[in-house]
Amino acid sequence: MSNPATHATVHEAHHELGFVRTYIFSTDHKMIARQFLFLGLFMMVIGGLLAMVVRWQLAWPETPVAGLGWLLTETEGVLPPEAYNMAFTMHATIMIFFVIMPILAGAFGNFCIPLMIGARDMAFPRLNMLSIWAAFLSGGVMLAGFFVPQGHAASGWTAYAPLSAVATYQGVNWGQNLWLISLFILTISSLMGAINYITTVINMRAPGMTFFRMPLVVWSLFITAILLLLALPVLMSATAMLLFDRTLGTHWFLPEGGGEPLLWQHLFWFFGHPEVYILILPAMGMASEILPVFARKPIFGYRAMVYSMLAICFLSWMVYGHHMFVSGMDPRVGMAFTLTTMVIAVPSAIKTFNWLGTLWGGNIRFTVPMLNALAFVAMFVIGGLSGVFMASTPVDIFIQDTYFIVAHIHYVVFGGSIFGAFAAIYFWFPKMFGRMLNPTLGHLHFWPTFVFFNLTFFPQHIVGVGGMMRRIYNPMQYEFLQHLQWWNVFITWSAFALGLAQIFFVINFFWSLFAGKKAPLNPWQSNTLEWIAPSPPPHLNWGDRIPTVYRGPYEYSSPEVAEDWFPQNRSLPARAAARH
Amino acid sequence: MAIRTEAQAIPGILPGKVGVWWFLASEIMLFGGLIATFIVFRLGSTGWHGDAAHLSVPIGATNTLVLLTSSLTMVQAFAKAEDVNERGLRNNLALTILMGLAFLGIKAIEYSSEVWAGYTPASGIFWSFYYTMTGLHALHVLAGAIVNSILLGAGRLRNPLRLELAGLYWHFVDIVWIFLFPLLYLA
Repeated sequence: MSNPATHATVHEAHHELGFVRTYIFSTDHKMIARQFLFLGLFMMVIGGLLAMVVRWQLAWPETPVAGLGWLLTETEGVLPPEAYNMAFTMHATIMIFFVIMPILAGAFGNFCIPLMIGARDMAFPRLNMLSIWAAFLSGGVMLAGFFVPQGHAASGWTAYAPLSAVATYQGVNWGQNLWLISLFILTISSLMGAINYITTVINMRAPGMTFFRMPLVVWSLFITAILLLLALPVLMSATAMLLFDRTLGTHWFLPEGGGEPLLWQHLFWFFGHPEVYILILPAMGMASEILPVFARKPIFGYRAMVYSMLAICFLSWMVYGHHMFVSGMDPRVGMAFTLTTMVIAVPSAIKTFNWLGTLWGGNIRFTVPMLNALAFVAMFVIGGLSGVFMASTPVDIFIQDTYFIVAHIHYVVFGGSIFGAFAAIYFWFPKMFGRMLNPTLGHLHFWPTFVFFNLTFFPQHIVGVGGMMRRIYNPMQYEFLQHLQWWNVFITWSAFALGLAQIFFVINFFWSLFAGKKAPLNPWQSNTLEWIAPSPPPHLNWGDRIPTVYRGPYEYSSPEVAEDWFPQNRSLPARAAARH
Repeated sequence: MAIRTEAQAIPGILPGKVGVWWFLASEIMLFGGLIATFIVFRLGSTGWHGDAAHLSVPIGATNTLVLLTSSLTMVQAFAKAEDVNERGLRNNLALTILMGLAFLGIKAIEYSSEVWAGYTPASGIFWSFYYTMTGLHALHVLAGAIVNSILLGAGRLRNPLRLELAGLYWHFVDIVWIFLFPLLYLA
């Protein structure tokens, strides 16, 4: 594999590309990664503001929302129930499909995979460009839904039939249609990305980069791509079927024509549960990447990490029924899904203990990316443990559709995926844009985010067990919820503080983009290949020769070299190298 | 992009081939979801025979024959490409495209006769399945015919790899029909 005869000579296309080919219709994986990142961050602002609207309504139901008077003129700023339904539906849809997927899988998948395996670009650069433009198109269609009569989809991000299948049931016609069309386009975009990631990892690795010398983040993105590739076609057919029900008069999900509302839940969750791991696996990979760098220690149990991710990938196909325990299910089937769901906690726990093992006895540097990665580990444990609660059918029957579930999903996708995304942004920003993020602003962003995240979402466990329903419009209408209302007010204030804390991130991001300190080649003294490329890496990444890999990615504090890091591409004199 | 085959991890297997195989894996999930749903619904309900009996088995069988034969000519085209027999290649590829279009033509006639008889996608769950599954398959046949036409028209036949990749896809579309025909027409 490392036979030098296989290196063809490099004919670099040295002609300068114009503005449009460099910044807009670029086939360069790094530019596409930046485009995905900006798409995700832009949508995060919209999704976040929608969450604030939801929180206002829950804390002070049916009072005029501050700052929305100009929009809700008929009700003088009071959020009507339809608008409330739209707000929580679109908050979840945007955050899941247009923030976490574009940032974790889109931006960092595109950025990390070729650079970390020593490739010059993706296997199919033009397909890659098509993927980002399909994602932009999909995002545009999704945002267009806000401006059609009757507003955007309001049937929850899960769009359960028959509520979503007949326009008059939820009072939304084109909003829901555009929602479905947008997701259909997004699945095409993600499929193109997934095929690209998989082929790149299989075919484009640098000489010496064996599968078990790949950084764990590449492994996690590779496995994520397999999940995307196999799960998204099911969402694709489900969205098309639901659209046919709404527009062509078919009866897939409507009993009167012989259809079955439960079919939607089966198809949606058959996609939806692998989707959960699509959202968390890249973040797991990023934590596995960042913890060893700042603990200055090899990752604990590299192979166990890989095998546990493969186990999660495999098991994620046979747990989806736990979303449907109360939808009408044979108890024996429920039992089987309970067992498989609990089994999936085992590989997740292996990963958690390996992260702890990596930290144990390490020489920890508390940089901003490290703090975010540590927050990821801690929050993921809480989210994972509440997941084990609801895996068991009897518990789930009690807490299903309550704020306990809302707390769980936010601990996993905010505490997990978003902290993972922040860690990745703080970690790779120097390589991506060639400038360092400001660490002071980074601390000012991280600490309030961490504190107010917990103050926002931990009490939701309490109101959830207290019986407060998810997606409820006005909790004050129920006598048994009124004593919990002070919690709702508390959660809302925390959520506002959490939202305001993100301003530090926005300032830091844009200020550093233009005026940050110039980034050195390897600011974190990391081993992996992307840090030997210039910051930011040029088109085609590696001058005239691609690097050769001699060892795994986590050889920190190795006794064989004087420094405490040992880049993957450094060759040793023959005697020492023979031991590898 | 002058550089792309530098240092392949798997010498001899080009990225295109890996990509197409994984693409077909996702296609299996796309059709597989529909087919699995169909089987569950079919087993769980009674009285579907009435609807399925309105499909014309002779037309379906003819289309099966047309599509299977087109796979044969596709294989022939690839074989001729490896023998550097440009003329034979072109003829076989053109035949493949023609048979793909013939399949679509027959399908169109079949659809219109069914719609005339009053069976539309909204006529019941069987018809929803029928139109969605065969319609999705027809779109795939159309896509395959377009790909083959591009290969034929763009003069890019020197490289048998492209033909091989188009062939993989074409055979996959063929195999899907082999599942759809008995499920919808015969079962």
